[in-house]
Amino acid sequence: MALLDVQDLTVEFPTRRGTLRALDQVSFSIDSGEILGVVGESGAGKSLTGAAIVGLLERPGRIAGGEIKFDGKRIDNLAPEPLRRIRGRRIGMIFQDPLTTLNPLYTIGRQLTETMQTHARLSDAEARRKAIGWLDRVGIPAAAQRIGAYPHEFSGGQRQRVVIALALCAEPALVIADEPTTALDVSIQAQIITLLKDLTRDHGTAVMLVTHDMGVIAETADRVAVMYAGRIAEIGPVAAVIRHPAHPYTHGLMASIPSLEHRVSRLHQIDGAMPRLDAIPSGCRFHPRCPRAFERCTNEPPELIPAGATSAACWLHAHG
Amino acid sequence: MADAKTLQAVGVSHFFDVSRPFLQRVLARESRRSLRAVDDVSFTITQGTTFALVGESGCGKSTIARLAVGLYRPSNGDILFENQALSSARAQPAMRRRMNMIFQDPYASLNPRWRVTDIVAEPIRAFRLATRPNEVQGRVGSLLAQVGLTVRDGDKYPHEFSGGQRQRISIARALASEPDFLVCDEPTSALDVSVQAQILNLMRDLQQRLGLTYLFISHNLAVVRHMADRLGVMYLGRIVEQGPAEAIFQRPRHPYTRLLLDAIPDLEQVGRARTPVGGELPSPIAPPSGCAFHPRCPLALDRCRVEKPLHVMDGDVQVACHAVEEGRDD
Repeated sequence: MALLDVQDLTVEFPTRRGTLRALDQVSFSIDSGEILGVVGESGAGKSLTGAAIVGLLERPGRIAGGEIKFDGKRIDNLAPEPLRRIRGRRIGMIFQDPLTTLNPLYTIGRQLTETMQTHARLSDAEARRKAIGWLDRVGIPAAAQRIGAYPHEFSGGQRQRVVIALALCAEPALVIADEPTTALDVSIQAQIITLLKDLTRDHGTAVMLVTHDMGVIAETADRVAVMYAGRIAEIGPVAAVIRHPAHPYTHGLMASIPSLEHRVSRLHQIDGAMPRLDAIPSGCRFHPRCPRAFERCTNEPPELIPAGATSAACWLHAHG
Repeated sequence: MADAKTLQAVGVSHFFDVSRPFLQRVLARESRRSLRAVDDVSFTITQGTTFALVGESGCGKSTIARLAVGLYRPSNGDILFENQALSSARAQPAMRRRMNMIFQDPYASLNPRWRVTDIVAEPIRAFRLATRPNEVQGRVGSLLAQVGLTVRDGDKYPHEFSGGQRQRISIARALASEPDFLVCDEPTSALDVSVQAQILNLMRDLQQRLGLTYLFISHNLAVVRHMADRLGVMYLGRIVEQGPAEAIFQRPRHPYTRLLLDAIPDLEQVGRARTPVGGELPSPIAPPSGCAFHPRCPLALDRCRVEKPLHVMDGDVQVACHAVEEGRDD
């Protein structure tokens, strides 16, 4: 059984001008020890999916349908307090900006020990010892000396590593990492990704890795979900989605990424832009920009259909 | 005009004074401290080509962008625009008109209270390229068309546009003064990949159509590979390797360039483990002695710790590394 199972998750934002549906029937699952990448452009709904799972939707956003099962139990209808206990203890979170995640007024040692002691019975000395162990594991040099330091005393890359230690120190079964490397330089990014992969391998942690960087996904994830305008356009094993994308949107997205290996005279471009939430097209949401759209696409929204090694929400694959 | 030099940097350095205030400095018996953001940098950009600078944050690439358009004066050395020193040309609007800049953040670089028409028309009015309202409007209309927007978009405000469209407005504004030379400081870093592709294609089209010369600054090597004719790799204020972009991508020489190329996650390497590079960029206030890269370099020897490497030519590529110079880089 999957550790996290999301079925038909729908998130809506009621506004004065009507209800905006930001996520529409999103379904996927993650197994223990598996890294699921979630990619998409800004506004596709990838961060929102993560926020909905941990119950941190910003008001007035609300889950309007579907269910989220974690370890076999539904968590989408939990009261705030039981959900808070799961969040942190069983589900860890890493956000994009390490500066806003850490409390600038507390030493990182205090933030780590507090987190661990909230979720497990630990003496102060034990918690401190474990905190040093975590800092060491995420690659903070001289961890025993630096445990008394404040967030501003660390560099950007180190801070992000502290955030990762903070997310992992309660040894959660699932980590939701929202753009964990986006604010970092490539050489630091490589360190963080390697770290994240090692930790999942060693602890069997499941990771939902939200990013817009396909390169990071290619290297890190086992499976990937490509989101477009609040729906999953395609989901499947990373190699298959990258090498043989079944959805025209995935195809266009892959082709628009400049390559390090060779230079082309012109990048492939998908004309137009992703629709706004108040102007979602009928049928398939991608059809106005799709080079292969036909009549059915304009009036009937496609479900995920098996297409080779992946599944794609595209009518092209409806008959085989 | 085939090989005309549009921009030349000759031994350019730029220091920032980061000393504490005078009284505190006197009380603590400290001397002045300076940050060497750019250290003895030289390069030449040929007309109609793109010279790209890559490097991690804090390596000095944006400082060079500002030096190149005269927003900063170099502490040492000189920037020449068509063989004329920029420092002497500050008072010449004719020269300023011919260079312009595109910034990274299309949300911060457009005045939210101005209509797009006024944003794009400002350089036209400032440089008196057209004075009659009809004429100005006509020019704005054709500029908007050139970057893929419509004349009617001119009546809107910046907040009505997406990031990619805003960057198109920035480009239209940059082109309004009919420049020959554009400095592009991370023009697509804030954009999604599919939008990035649109903007990069547009920039290449404009270059071909108008014969523009670009100084293109980015941290993204794949984007640089797509855009650059020549390439300079910066580390802690210095260009450690420069030459024809293809030559560097085919065979990177400097250990730092290799590190950068290895560190990039690439689509064609699904599941491949990278060897992560240890360490971080040192502080430019107290750069390491000798070669600034030696604390992170796998090839560092004693000589690298004490002696600053000079630029030597290896084929078409200029590289500052003792290991390459001594032939122990393979």
